[in-house]
Amino acid sequence: MSKKLLMGNEAIALGAIRAGVNIVTGYPGTPSTEVLETVARNNPGDIYVEWSVNEKSAMEVAAGAAYSGARTMVTMKQVGLNVASDPLMSLAYIGVKGGMVVLVADDPGPFSSQTEQDTRHFARYSNLPVLDPSSPEEAYEMIQYAFELSEMVELPVFLRPTTRVCHSCATIDIDEKRLYHKVEGFVKDPRWVIFPSLAYKKHIHIELLQHKLSDIFSGISFNKVEGKDVKLGVAASGVAYSYVVEALEKLNANVKLFKVGTPYPLPKEMAEVFLNGLDEVLVFEELDPVVEEEITMLCASKQLDTRILGKKTGHLPFAGEYTFELVCEALAKYLNIETEKIENTTTPELPVRQPVLCAGCPHRASFYAVKMAMKGQKAVFTGDIGCYTLGNAKPLDMVDTCLCMGAGITVAQGIKRAQPEAKHIAFIGDSTFFHTGIPGIINAVYNNTDITVVILDNSTTAMTGHQPHPGTGKTMMNNISEKIDIYGMVKACGVGHIVKGDPLDFSSAVEIIKKAAEYKGPSVVIFEAPCIALFKPPVKYTVKKNCKNCKKCITDIGCPAISFIDGKVSIEPSLCYGCGLCTNVCPFNAIGGEENE
Amino acid sequence: MSKFDILISGVGGQGTVLASRLIAAAAINQGCFARTAETIGMSQRGGCVVSHVRIDSEKSGSVIPLGGADMIIAFELAEAARSIPRLSKKGCCIVNTQVIKPVSASLGNSHYDNEEIIKYIKDNSHDVYFVDGYSLAEKAGNVKAVNVVLLGAATAVGKMPFTREIILDAIIENVPRKFRELNQKAFEMGYAATVELIQKA
Repeated sequence: MSKKLLMGNEAIALGAIRAGVNIVTGYPGTPSTEVLETVARNNPGDIYVEWSVNEKSAMEVAAGAAYSGARTMVTMKQVGLNVASDPLMSLAYIGVKGGMVVLVADDPGPFSSQTEQDTRHFARYSNLPVLDPSSPEEAYEMIQYAFELSEMVELPVFLRPTTRVCHSCATIDIDEKRLYHKVEGFVKDPRWVIFPSLAYKKHIHIELLQHKLSDIFSGISFNKVEGKDVKLGVAASGVAYSYVVEALEKLNANVKLFKVGTPYPLPKEMAEVFLNGLDEVLVFEELDPVVEEEITMLCASKQLDTRILGKKTGHLPFAGEYTFELVCEALAKYLNIETEKIENTTTPELPVRQPVLCAGCPHRASFYAVKMAMKGQKAVFTGDIGCYTLGNAKPLDMVDTCLCMGAGITVAQGIKRAQPEAKHIAFIGDSTFFHTGIPGIINAVYNNTDITVVILDNSTTAMTGHQPHPGTGKTMMNNISEKIDIYGMVKACGVGHIVKGDPLDFSSAVEIIKKAAEYKGPSVVIFEAPCIALFKPPVKYTVKKNCKNCKKCITDIGCPAISFIDGKVSIEPSLCYGCGLCTNVCPFNAIGGEENE
Repeated sequence: MSKFDILISGVGGQGTVLASRLIAAAAINQGCFARTAETIGMSQRGGCVVSHVRIDSEKSGSVIPLGGADMIIAFELAEAARSIPRLSKKGCCIVNTQVIKPVSASLGNSHYDNEEIIKYIKDNSHDVYFVDGYSLAEKAGNVKAVNVVLLGAATAVGKMPFTREIILDAIIENVPRKFRELNQKAFEMGYAATVELIQKA
C-alpha cells in the first residue's frame, strides 16, 4: 500500500487496473479523458486500450469484449453517451458476461460542455444501475465494486463521476496488488442476437432485476443512514454529499442523513429506514432531481406523509454547479439556524478573461484567411466542437453556430437550403471529422448542397489534451498503424473540389478559400498546420521601433501574446509561438522575427 | 497538523496546477491528507484558473469556501483581486505583480486598472506581500518558473504548515530532472526576495 495524490480520473483508472480490467475503450471528452490515458500510462502490458473513433464505436467494441467474458470499461463525457445511446439501449437487454463499466463523466456548471444533462436519467431510462461517487477516494472503491456487480447481474454498470470528482485530487491508499481476470472467449449462444421475441423476454427480466438491484444496494456501504431521534432528514448524492457533511459541521447541526451512492435503482429498504419518523427531507443532488423523484415515489407507494423538498419544490436550483455556500445556506434555512453573513466588499471592475485560441494557434490564421476571403460577401460560418469553437471570440467572430459533434457540416446544409443566396462555410477539426463529420460530407455530396467545408487539421485532438486519432496513425498501445488520409477520404466521398493548404501562408490561404467558395457544389479545403503544443517555436516576433501603435494586430486577430501596455503595442516573448500571422496584418511592416535559440 | 487551506489563482498557462500539486505532495510527505480542486479544460486557454489545496481535509469537500482560505498565492494582479473574497480574515496573501492583459482589455472591451486593483487588495487583506515573480523567474533563467518563484515567496512568509526543506524536496522530486536546477534557483530567489521584503517592513 502507498499513499498517493491522485486525481479522481486517475483513481478510477488505477481501480479498474486493480480490478483486472482487460479491455478499455473510449473517446476523449472533458472531464473524462484522463481515465483512459491513465490506464494506458500504467498498462502492465496485458490490457488492451484504444481511443475509438467515436463513443458509439467505443461502446460496441467494449460490448463485444464483455460478451466474450472480458472485464471492460468504456469512457466518455455525458454528451458522448448521446452518440453511444443506440448500442447502450439494446445492450441493456442483451446484457454482458464479463463485467462492463460504462464510465460517463457529467459536468455540472457546465465547465466544458454543451449541456448539463444528467447521466443518471440514462441509467433510469435504460434500466441500468448507476454508482455516483462523492469523492475521488470513493470513486476508487466504486469502480472495483462496479465490475463485481456487473458480473453478478450480467448488466453493464454506470459509474458517473462529475467534474469535481474527476478533476479533484485526494490522498489515496493504492494497493498495487491486482486481481487476475481470465477471459473465457466468445461462446456462441442465441442470447447475443436481439430479436423482438427475445427483447420481450428480456424486458420482463430486466424489470425484475430492478427489484434485486435495489435490495443489493440496501446492503452496500456506498449507501448509508446516519443520525436518529430527529424529525428532519437530509438525503445527498455525489459531491453534494461532501458539501453537506462540511456544512453540518460548520452549522453544528444534527439531522438524519441519507448518503445515496446509488441514485438508481434507489436502495428502497434503506430509504424506508431513513424515512421512518421523519417529517421532512431536503434532497441535495446536482443537476436533475433523480434521487428526489425516487424518494417522492417511494413515499407515495408506501403512503408515508414525509414531505420531500428539493428542486421540484423550489428549495434548490436545477441548473449550475452546487457549492459549499449554496448547500450551507439552504441547510441553515431548512434547519432554521442563523448564520453570520459574509460581508460583501465592492470589488473593482476586473478584466473579463474569456478562453481564447492560444498564441500561435493555426486556427486563428485559418479563420482570418476565411474572414478576409469572404469580406463583402454574405456568408454564414457554422462551427463545431473543439478548440476552434473559440473562433467565436472577438475580434475573429467566425463561429455563427455550434450544436454538437459533427453538426457544423450538416447545419450549414440546412441553412443553405433556407438561405440559398449566401455562402455557407463549415469548420471542423480533424478528430471531429473522423468522429461524426464524414456522414455530413456524404450527405452534402448525395444531395448536391453547395457548401464549403474547411477541415482544420492540426494533427491531434487538441482541446482535450492531445490524444491521437485515426489521422495520426498512433494508437494507445504505442503501435503505429495506417494513417487515414483525410484528402483520400473526402475524395472517396465524391467531393468535386478539394484543396489542401497551409493557413499560415496567408495570401495563398485566402485564394484557396475564394476559389472553393466560388465552386458550385460541395467543396472541401483542408488547412494543415500542427497544433503549437506539438513543436517548439522556431521564431519569436517582436515589435520594431517603427510601430505606429495603430493596434491593427490586436483588433484584427486578437492574439493573446500581443497586448497594449503603457501606450505601446508589445509581444510577450514567453507566449509568442512564431506563427507570423501578425506580420501579415501589420500595415507598417513593424513586426520582425528573430530565430529562437 | 491542523487544517490549512491554500488558494492559488492565475491565468491559464502560468503553472498553477503544478504549484498546487507540489504543495499537496509536500503535505503528503509530511503525513497529512491533502485534497486539491482545479479548473482543467476549456478555461485553461487564457481563462482564469483557480486551484484549491486543502491540507488535513479528509472530511471536507475539495473547494475552499468563501472567506476560508488561510493563504492565497495569486499569480497575476487582477486574479489576486478576483480571489480575495475567498481569503479568511486571518489569512495572508502573496501577490505576483505581473499583469496579463486579456485580449478583451487590449481591445478596450474590458477594464484593467492596476492602481485601483492594488488598492482593493491592500484594503481587503491585512497581511499581503507583493512580489515581482516574473522578473525573478527571468533572472532564475526562465519566466515559466514563475510558479516555483511564488512557492518560494509563499514559504518565506512562514505560515505554510511545513518546512522549507519539505516543500523544496517535493519540488525537486516532482519536476523533470533537467529543470531541477532552474526550479531550485527559482525557489531560492522567491524565498530570498520575500525575506528581504519582510525585513524592510
